[in-house]
Amino acid sequence: MDHDLDAHLADAAAAIVAAVDLDEVRALDAELLGRRSVISTAKKRLGGLEADERRDAGRRLNEVRAELERLLDGRRTELESDERVHRLESERLDLTELDRGRRLGHRHVVTRTWEHLEDLFVGMGYTVVEGPEIEDEWHNFGALNFPLGHPARDMYDTLYVDYGESMSTLLRTHTSPVQIRVMETTGPPIYSVMPGRVFRSDTADATHMPVFHQIEGLVVDRDTTFGDLAGTIQAFTAAYFGAGFESRLRPSYFPFTEPSAEFDIRRPDGSWLELGGCGMVHPEVLRACGLDPEEWQGFAFGFGLDRLALMRHGIDDLRELFRNDHRFLSQF
Amino acid sequence: MRVLQSWLEEFAPVAGDPAGIAEQLSDLGLAVEEVVPIGEGLDGIVVARVLDLRPHPDADRIQLVDVDAGDGESLQVCCGAFNMSVGDLVPLATIGAVMAGGMEISRRQLRGEWSNGMLCSGPEVNLGDDHDGILILGSGHEPGVPLAEALGIRADVVYDLEVNPNRPDAMSVAGVARDLAARQGVPFTLPDPAPVESGEDASGRVSVEIVDADLCGRFAVRVLDGIIVGDSPQWLTNRLVAMGMRPVNNVVDVSNYVMLELGQPSHTFDLDRVGGSGFRARWAVDGETIETLDGVSRTLVDADGVVADAEDVAVGIAGVMGGAATEIDGTTVTVALEMAWWDPMSIARTSRRLGLRSEASARFEKGADPEVVELAMRRFAELIGSEAALAPGMADQRGDLPSREPVRVRVARVNRILGTDLGRDRIVEVLEPIGFATSKAGDDLDVVVPSFRPDSATEIDVIEEVARVHGYGRIARTVPRSGLTGALNGRQVDRRRVRSAMLGLGLDEVMPLPFLAPGDLERAGLAADGIAVTNPLVAEESVMRSSLLPGLLKTLAYNGSHRLYGLSLFEVGHVYRRPTEPQPLPDEREYLAVALAGREARAAVEVWSVLADALATRDYTLVAEPAPGLHATRTARIELASTPVGHVGEVDPSVSEAFEVGERVAWLEVDLDVLLGLSHGDLPFRPFSRYPSSDIDLAFEVDEETPAAVVESLLRSAAGSLLVDLGLFDVFRGEPVAEGRRSLAFAMRLQADDRTLTDAEVATVRQRCIDAVEGDLGATLRG
Repeated sequence: MDHDLDAHLADAAAAIVAAVDLDEVRALDAELLGRRSVISTAKKRLGGLEADERRDAGRRLNEVRAELERLLDGRRTELESDERVHRLESERLDLTELDRGRRLGHRHVVTRTWEHLEDLFVGMGYTVVEGPEIEDEWHNFGALNFPLGHPARDMYDTLYVDYGESMSTLLRTHTSPVQIRVMETTGPPIYSVMPGRVFRSDTADATHMPVFHQIEGLVVDRDTTFGDLAGTIQAFTAAYFGAGFESRLRPSYFPFTEPSAEFDIRRPDGSWLELGGCGMVHPEVLRACGLDPEEWQGFAFGFGLDRLALMRHGIDDLRELFRNDHRFLSQF
Repeated sequence: MRVLQSWLEEFAPVAGDPAGIAEQLSDLGLAVEEVVPIGEGLDGIVVARVLDLRPHPDADRIQLVDVDAGDGESLQVCCGAFNMSVGDLVPLATIGAVMAGGMEISRRQLRGEWSNGMLCSGPEVNLGDDHDGILILGSGHEPGVPLAEALGIRADVVYDLEVNPNRPDAMSVAGVARDLAARQGVPFTLPDPAPVESGEDASGRVSVEIVDADLCGRFAVRVLDGIIVGDSPQWLTNRLVAMGMRPVNNVVDVSNYVMLELGQPSHTFDLDRVGGSGFRARWAVDGETIETLDGVSRTLVDADGVVADAEDVAVGIAGVMGGAATEIDGTTVTVALEMAWWDPMSIARTSRRLGLRSEASARFEKGADPEVVELAMRRFAELIGSEAALAPGMADQRGDLPSREPVRVRVARVNRILGTDLGRDRIVEVLEPIGFATSKAGDDLDVVVPSFRPDSATEIDVIEEVARVHGYGRIARTVPRSGLTGALNGRQVDRRRVRSAMLGLGLDEVMPLPFLAPGDLERAGLAADGIAVTNPLVAEESVMRSSLLPGLLKTLAYNGSHRLYGLSLFEVGHVYRRPTEPQPLPDEREYLAVALAGREARAAVEVWSVLADALATRDYTLVAEPAPGLHATRTARIELASTPVGHVGEVDPSVSEAFEVGERVAWLEVDLDVLLGLSHGDLPFRPFSRYPSSDIDLAFEVDEETPAAVVESLLRSAAGSLLVDLGLFDVFRGEPVAEGRRSLAFAMRLQADDRTLTDAEVATVRQRCIDAVEGDLGATLRG
């Protein structure tokens, strides 16, 4: 009997090792450990043995059974591992062939600059206000202290549209009319910036476009001073351009501010760049908006936004911004 | 406006190197655009006489010039200019001379011919702007004499200033010197010429009448006898040239010189040709004509000012140009020298209307100084020289001039506006040197603004002067603390969300100009009712867009012409339309448009659904509807809460073709004003069930005419409150589905909040759905 069992174990072990897949292991499991297996049959026969014999034979059977289970488990584990390896192997991919350079869209550089400036001024406590691009003569000129026929209107090459009375409606020449709209609709205190699209009768070249963008700032409060204006310009300069950039104000003339100034920034190489105009809101402008200049005062500033975009990205031709060549758009 | 350092020094002992002075001028609001040293780089440049001119045998654009450079020998020079004649005196840069630009002159061959030096143009020797030819010197110079010596040129500096329109006083050397002296704290002195007077008093020989006081604020005439028209002295010519003016003759040159120096334009008449020996300043009569100095006959309107003679015949257009009939010439014996002050607006109007802009009109239209006339007259007589006799007296009338009431300037106000702490004494110290006379008024000041500062009339104007002369840079910089919270508003945040969604889908943002050419809207299948620009520079920019479609198609066409295809683009921008109801301004709206080249409508619908999700507005419907410019059978109107917000689909292929876009274009356009105005986003939390869900898949065969959205909405209402999810997952056409029909397969998930659904409940819902779709739409359930 022992001899038979040993032979059975040896045969079974060989069969288990030879099993090529899990199905065969499952079949061997049934054959070797199932109800009709040699082990089960032998176990049933134990009842006919003497107690001593039965104990020894029982122990031996259990040992063989345990050994078979161990061999089956081992083979099963081996095959499962092989199968995982095989499956992974069969799924091998060349990831470099999958990279087709899928991309996000590209925000226009004007929008990038616009949003950057919005964020910067929001951080300084300003709100952002917008107004119509087609404006009336009053908001673009009259309320800004440009009387009809005033020579200062010549500083702006205005485009008019065929709407309403002749010369009553125009493409706004600056974002300053939004100042008026803010003061008309919102009482002070006002801390706002007004980005937007503006128009001039200009032939397109590397530095001029008939359409471009500006951002305007307006602060009206009880004690806002010229010193506050200069400090705000400097705070903006440092925040936008970076430490090492200095600003200065130079006397200038705009009908809607007084004192008026141009503001320049100094690059780290020492050269000055004229950036925009600014000044204290003219008392006549405050009056035109129904505010008492003895009670409220403030400052306004404005500058071109497109040029900042050009500077930041080293673009040398303003026209490139509006040509919409995909080779340009997809760079930023 | 240009000024010369040496000329400034005649008014004030200003000091400093050119860069420092330029800095100070800029800081005073007289922005220096250029600093040009003159009288340098003239070593080795001599006067030469042209002896002969011959063509170059091998070059058309150069000629051979023989000159005498002082030694009597003939020296051959090659020259690219052709404006000189034999006998002319010209500047010659001799061998070894180093030009202002650093170029050294050497003997060299040009196409086989030797050139022994270089003849110079005006700019090459820093004299004048005339690049067109060689500088022809006046007669009377000896060949061989150094140019600087011949012309009396000394080293000097030209400052080219950008003068703001509010500063007519700075359109004179004296005005600039006054500001600079104030900044440097040195005294400023005007000249006080006292030319000898002789002959009969002018007041008896010439009459002046101001007919229209609103036109003419002052009209003054003096008489000069025995003027001989000839050349100006060299020093005066040099100055005019350095200032960018062309010398003409002594009378014109002196008139220009006085204008440049003191800001007062003048006009000279041949008094013997002035009818009635008198002048009348009045508005023109409509249709009145005059032949001006340039020989052109001009018709005037009643908004133009004229100078008429005593017989009321126009002899000049006020402040703009004199008349031909009274012009002085070689036969003139007696000159009437006129200086006036004209209403600035009328001069601006007339000079613009006639297209005649001159140095004189530029000064009058910004506001001349009515009180500088006496000085300017004496200066004129002094400069014209002693051969002319200045008659004593002056015919002088005044009309309306700007008021010069004292301005009350509150010290506290100055400091409150500027953020400074200036005492009253400091304010006085700043204002007096620029001619603002101050007197104490309680704690404050009464300020009399000088007649040469018409821009300064109110307290704030004077405050600006205080800041300007005190120095903007000396005002302490502070940053105001906004008591408000800085933030983007909801609309601005949403717009960013819209852009982010587009960018996330891989769409590139474009920014075409909002101008269209005539016909663009029609080509795009849109109504041709765009708002037009009345004064466009070019026709391509004469119509305001009423839709973003033409601009995006042009962008695709432009890129296509560079073989850039398959682009996915979007734009956020304004469109402008005529409103249906009258309103003060056009109907201006912000739109989003998406153009997907080489893609079909499905791609545009996907963009829309992502956008709707980004804005958390999912309850929209797509209603099949043709729209102008879009594909008639592949376009749907997008509705949200029964409000149309835009269209999605494809561009009409014939429209794409008309714009030379070779690809199919999927299209989405959304009125952001409407869309973002509707309630969206910030949704409240909706609790979801913890119980198991059951899924049902249903496929129906439906007519092609029946939109999937209709089937979906029937399923939604039939399923009722147990439905938690519903989606179309397959569309199938072809066998065994009948021709003209297609199969739509929907996946539905049912779930109850409070229990596990029984099989019977699920079956009931399923049957309700089948009945609804089959019953209402003639659809059949597929097995």
